[in-house]
Amino acid sequence: MRALLDLYLGQARISILEQSQYRVANYFWMVGMVAEPVIYLVVWQTVARSHGGSVAGFGPGDIAAYYIVWTLVRNMNIVLTPYAWEHEIRQGRLSVRLLRPLHPLHYDLAYFAGWKFVVIAMWLPIAAILTLIFQPTITVTPQSVAAFVVALWGGFLVRFMLQWALGLITFWTTRVGAFFQLYFTVELLLSGRLVPLSFMPEWAQQIAAVLPFKWAFGYPIEVILGRYSPEQVLFGFAMQTFWVLLGLTIIGVVWPAAVRRYSAVGN
Amino acid sequence: MDLFRLFSTFTRIGVMNELQYRVNFVLQAFQSLLALISGLVGLALVFSYTDELSGWTRPELLAVMGVHILMGGLIRTTIQPNMERLMDDVQQGTLDYVLTKPADAQALVSVREVQFWQLVDVLMGLVVLSVAAAEMKAEVGLWQVLGFLTALVCGALMIYSFWLMLTTGAFWVVRMEHILELFQGMYAAGRWPVSIYPDWLRLGLTFLVPVAFAVTVPAQALTSRLTLDTLLGSAALTFGLLVAGRWIWKTGLRHYAGASA
Repeated sequence: MRALLDLYLGQARISILEQSQYRVANYFWMVGMVAEPVIYLVVWQTVARSHGGSVAGFGPGDIAAYYIVWTLVRNMNIVLTPYAWEHEIRQGRLSVRLLRPLHPLHYDLAYFAGWKFVVIAMWLPIAAILTLIFQPTITVTPQSVAAFVVALWGGFLVRFMLQWALGLITFWTTRVGAFFQLYFTVELLLSGRLVPLSFMPEWAQQIAAVLPFKWAFGYPIEVILGRYSPEQVLFGFAMQTFWVLLGLTIIGVVWPAAVRRYSAVGN
Repeated sequence: MDLFRLFSTFTRIGVMNELQYRVNFVLQAFQSLLALISGLVGLALVFSYTDELSGWTRPELLAVMGVHILMGGLIRTTIQPNMERLMDDVQQGTLDYVLTKPADAQALVSVREVQFWQLVDVLMGLVVLSVAAAEMKAEVGLWQVLGFLTALVCGALMIYSFWLMLTTGAFWVVRMEHILELFQGMYAAGRWPVSIYPDWLRLGLTFLVPVAFAVTVPAQALTSRLTLDTLLGSAALTFGLLVAGRWIWKTGLRHYAGASA
């Protein structure tokens, strides 16, 4: 246990040091990324104004708050892409990772978790600028901030586990591009990334509730906006736990079989 | 004339190359279809709450989306792959091989790559545009089509000049690859008419990144919102950007040190 903790701290420190070297690259990426929520924000504020001041209970200030928190959640949602496996397998780089004493999941998890601290630090000035421009209305309490921190990291874990599990398909077939794209399109529509889910028709919200995407994206945002009752917040934690455990189970079952399929060429 | 011959030769090579990978066509079509679906869902959601967005009706916004898809396809067919290759060449020093050829270097670096399958998006954009035109029951006469084509060509040339100027930056700062993400973010804003954005952003999208001229103006031509002044302004700005792009390219080239040293 002690050794595992050391591994996590060490790996996280490496990623923090590594990523803070690439500040300019990280910033370019972040500014490009900010365009997407700003577009949604402007469009929906315009709709709200022409629709008597609010859409599904969101006034212009609430919409601004939603999409500004969105930028943090989106950054926290960046995890190992399932496309990365193809590269690792083709180049034989996976062999090196398999030689290490612990399950590769540990190394990835620690690396991405560490990176998030750099991301959060770099996000703060962007959030400040967006706040000045778009005037969000948000009231936070110590409780909602605490719940948000848990939900934010919970969302990170949900997406991390599921994408890690998804990437394992690559061991069986290399024609995964179309499938991943379909997955990401459904995620875009039903996670709360395109619009807050309450803007969607009732039936779409019902589908979203049984899929994992909302628990990684829309849920943490609506927690800090204070749109949930305490019971709903707790239910969300339960759902996040469920999806993380499901992802872990899939990984636990599929990984040994995947490694058996893998044969490296060269070094 | 030389430029035309170069272009058609490189196009032929590019097409022949890509025809070897026909499965990519299906993948590309699937990807374009998914992007279209999410665009349509966004539009449907907006218009489930309102009848018009800053004076644009649903079919008019569909036309904007059609132009956005079409122009995106054009950019990814020629402009973007050429500029990415140029960036690579500057980084690796392989630009030497271009400079030693007898043709004009700017012309050569601008026509070398053709990603044929990306034309799927051009077709998709045309389909969306026709649906939009049918829904508007607009009389799209000869003048509208001419205005649209002129605005489209001007827009494409402006985007090209803009990319060229950015890429030329690679002569000074070697690592420019994140510019691509920045541009894609900005270009995504063209999905909606620029008139909905706050002033500072609209000005940026008009003069800094010419998304307004590339997407909104051609859409205006089809929806009979285009004035002759705007079209002339667009043509003048295109000319200005082409000249500026040429000048920056020449200046940048003098900073290129080559790799053989």
